[in-house]
Amino acid sequence: MELTGAEIVVQALIDEGVEYVFGYPGGAVLHIYDALFKQDRVKHILVRHEQGATHAADGYARATGKCGVCLVTSGPGATNAVTGIATAYMDSIPVVILTGQVPTPVIGSDAFQEVDTVGITRPCVKHNFLVKEVNNLAEIIKKAFYIATSGRPGPVVVDIPKDVTDPNRRIPYHYPREIRMRSYNPVQKGHLGQIKKAVDAILEAKRPVIYTGGGVILGEGSETLRELVKLTGFPITSTLMGLGAYPMTDAQFLGMLGMHGTYEANMAMHETDTLIAIGARFDDRVTGKIEHFCPHAKIIHVDVDPSSISKNVRVDIPIVGPVASVLQDMVRLLREQGREADRAALADWWTQIEQWRGMKCLAYDRTSDKIKPQYAVETLYKVTGGELYLTSDVGQHQMFAAQFYPFDKPRRWINSGGLGTMGFGLPAAMGVQLAFPDAAVACISGEASILMCIQEMATCKQYELPIKVVLLNNGYMGMVRQWQEFFYESRYSHSYVDALPDFVKLAESFGHVGMRVERPGDLEGAMREAFGMKDRFVFLDVIVDPTENVYPMIAAGKGHHEMHLSPERELA
Amino acid sequence: MRHILSVLLENEAGALSRVAGLFSARGYNIESLTVAPTDDPSLSRMTLVTTGSEDIVEQIKKQLNKLIDTVKLLDLSEGPHIEREMMMIKVRAVGEDREELKRLADIFRANIIDVTDTSYVVELTGASKKLDAFIKAVPEGLIVEVVRSGPTGIARGEKGLTL
Ligand SMILES: Cc1cc2nc3c(=O)[nH]c(=O)nc-3n(C[C@H](O)[C@H](O)[C@H](O)COP(=O)(O)OP(=O)(O)OC[C@H]3O[C@@H](n4cnc5c(N)ncnc54)[C@H](O)[C@@H]3O)c2cc1C
Ligand SMILES: Cc1ncc(C[n+]2csc(CCOP(=O)(O)OP(=O)(O)O)c2C)c(N)n1
Ligand SMILES: [Mg+2]
Repeated sequence: MELTGAEIVVQALIDEGVEYVFGYPGGAVLHIYDALFKQDRVKHILVRHEQGATHAADGYARATGKCGVCLVTSGPGATNAVTGIATAYMDSIPVVILTGQVPTPVIGSDAFQEVDTVGITRPCVKHNFLVKEVNNLAEIIKKAFYIATSGRPGPVVVDIPKDVTDPNRRIPYHYPREIRMRSYNPVQKGHLGQIKKAVDAILEAKRPVIYTGGGVILGEGSETLRELVKLTGFPITSTLMGLGAYPMTDAQFLGMLGMHGTYEANMAMHETDTLIAIGARFDDRVTGKIEHFCPHAKIIHVDVDPSSISKNVRVDIPIVGPVASVLQDMVRLLREQGREADRAALADWWTQIEQWRGMKCLAYDRTSDKIKPQYAVETLYKVTGGELYLTSDVGQHQMFAAQFYPFDKPRRWINSGGLGTMGFGLPAAMGVQLAFPDAAVACISGEASILMCIQEMATCKQYELPIKVVLLNNGYMGMVRQWQEFFYESRYSHSYVDALPDFVKLAESFGHVGMRVERPGDLEGAMREAFGMKDRFVFLDVIVDPTENVYPMIAAGKGHHEMHLSPERELA
Repeated sequence: MRHILSVLLENEAGALSRVAGLFSARGYNIESLTVAPTDDPSLSRMTLVTTGSEDIVEQIKKQLNKLIDTVKLLDLSEGPHIEREMMMIKVRAVGEDREELKRLADIFRANIIDVTDTSYVVELTGASKKLDAFIKAVPEGLIVEVVRSGPTGIARGEKGLTL
């Protein structure tokens, strides 16, 4: 088969099994767009801003576990994509980004719409390629998918100069079915000796905690994780990125840990003697001040990326390997041992944990005549029966969602944790809804975040995506306002969101349904009505208490035992 | 501590900037870096000298290994190894200094590889400390220019850093 470079791009995507490409055209990719036009296997979704394309591809990847794909033009197309690329990078999400580039003969001459895309994206990709020769194109695309999806996943950029896609040059096409790279061999199995050591430590534990992260979801480890937790009877907590890998409604789950984690999870971290970290990267939002982190614990760490291990916190038993296979080995060895951990000690430990739980750290004022954001999330849970794909923007609403919407399945909670990118939620929801057309998909957002990618409402209209936006409208950049209240003596410098649009009318002007709720009593009905409109995009503007703060909170630089619970309930 | 790292890299455009970018982005020290293709033209060998606590150097090695272009990495400082750096130094050589500099070159087993009426270029290869010592030994005011390659290294014994 002889194909042009542009046709090779499209055919390679077909051979890779790609369903959707999220993109935006421009000069450098016009040959590719022409090739897309002439086929109907790969569906192209026209976004309204390249940032939207990257977040949509990212959301698709997070919800499905498959690789997301986007296509943007050179220069401004590529720079607009950078925020989305960095977002995927920080959370280790597999995305392949095809960027157009000026023709090879003029590269370096400051040609029209030229930027050094490979240079600009280098620090925020797993890898990137500049295709210099059409003969290398198919193989590079194969490598891009392989690198993006294997080992610790991540975004890969393929920069394609326009002459490489020349419609007048045809070459034989061959798409490699498999690829081997001598310089890249992700670990396939954990070291059995290390896993045995971990099992011994688990059996000796008196106050154990399992601390899981996004790696369990990325590595499809949820099933085996459940086995491990049930087999050991140990308490389990999760990072923001790992929520849903273990059922959050289960009694052994302590809630999220870290800066806005629960009292019981953070206290358990502080007192544990054996920490079993699985697919989590000891982020500063989780550890707090390193000197105070798990002061009594022997630490086991399972991670596929050796550079995650002992990066921030020195660990005692490192296990480099993919979660799924390491957990299987661990469970098997535990069963073979036939021994149990110290049951009496574990019972005492649970008694202690239940005491911490008794603090009810997530309590809030349920008598308020304003809608409390916590109440809004609880109502969302009630109305959707937990069967929701929920994407989020960044801020207080994100934390309230993490605290009050218990996810029982992986890949249901989709948010930007590492980069914390406002504007992520709506385009990410598009990717999720396209992947699961019949599922209920919602985006929880704030009035500041939503405006950062609001243009994607047009994309939602064009492709009739029945997403529900649940806007927790507090009139402030709430998360910023909270920090200013706590740490800057309530000087609310530029965190008041003045001159907001009328979101109901705005949604309507895009051809959608807009609704507003201002009283607690109306909320459930409004949500039921919104989610009842199964084939409509509904924008639900929920006016919430502007003064509410996210608790518990560990201030930056403090330890897990130094939480603030609420203004009324300070810990010593 | 000072570490000397040897890295085999795919000889791809951009591989060097990935390494340089890694060091600047993560704030690692880099004392010197040399790179050239090997006998296998598809591979480059890089020698990198860095300093840092053991934890940091451990991270540096992990991060270097993580680069997709990295084929192999060896920390030469972990075993017996030979380190060599090459220097060319241009000195002002007139009158009595000519003899003095020639003698100095002999003592250090350096070669004078360019001569004019008023100058020498002296070439010297050795461990970096030896090069430092030579520079110190040159009488005040005579040095015109110093060019150093940065250290390269190889492990002792029969095992090689190859594919
Ligand atoms: C406003 C705001 C507040 C936040 N507050 C909190 C908070 O209170 N608590 C909190 O937890 N987070 C919080 N975060 C998120 C935080 O910034 C980090 O993104 C998060 O803690 C990182 O989660 P993680 O450790 O699970 O790592 P991830 O980024 O999910 O990393 C996954 C890890 O798993 C590894 N991995 C990947 N695939 C595999 C595999 N197959 N096998 C084994 N390992 C694998 C990777 O190498 C990596 O080390 C907040 C973010 C924002 C924006
Ligand atoms: C692109 C971007 N710019 C700035 C920030 C810093 N930031 C974090 S939360 C936040 C406020 C978000 O406000 P809103 O969307 O209304 O959510 P709320 O906290 O009120 O729920 C800001 C500005 C960010 N995370 N991302
Ligand atoms: Mg707000």
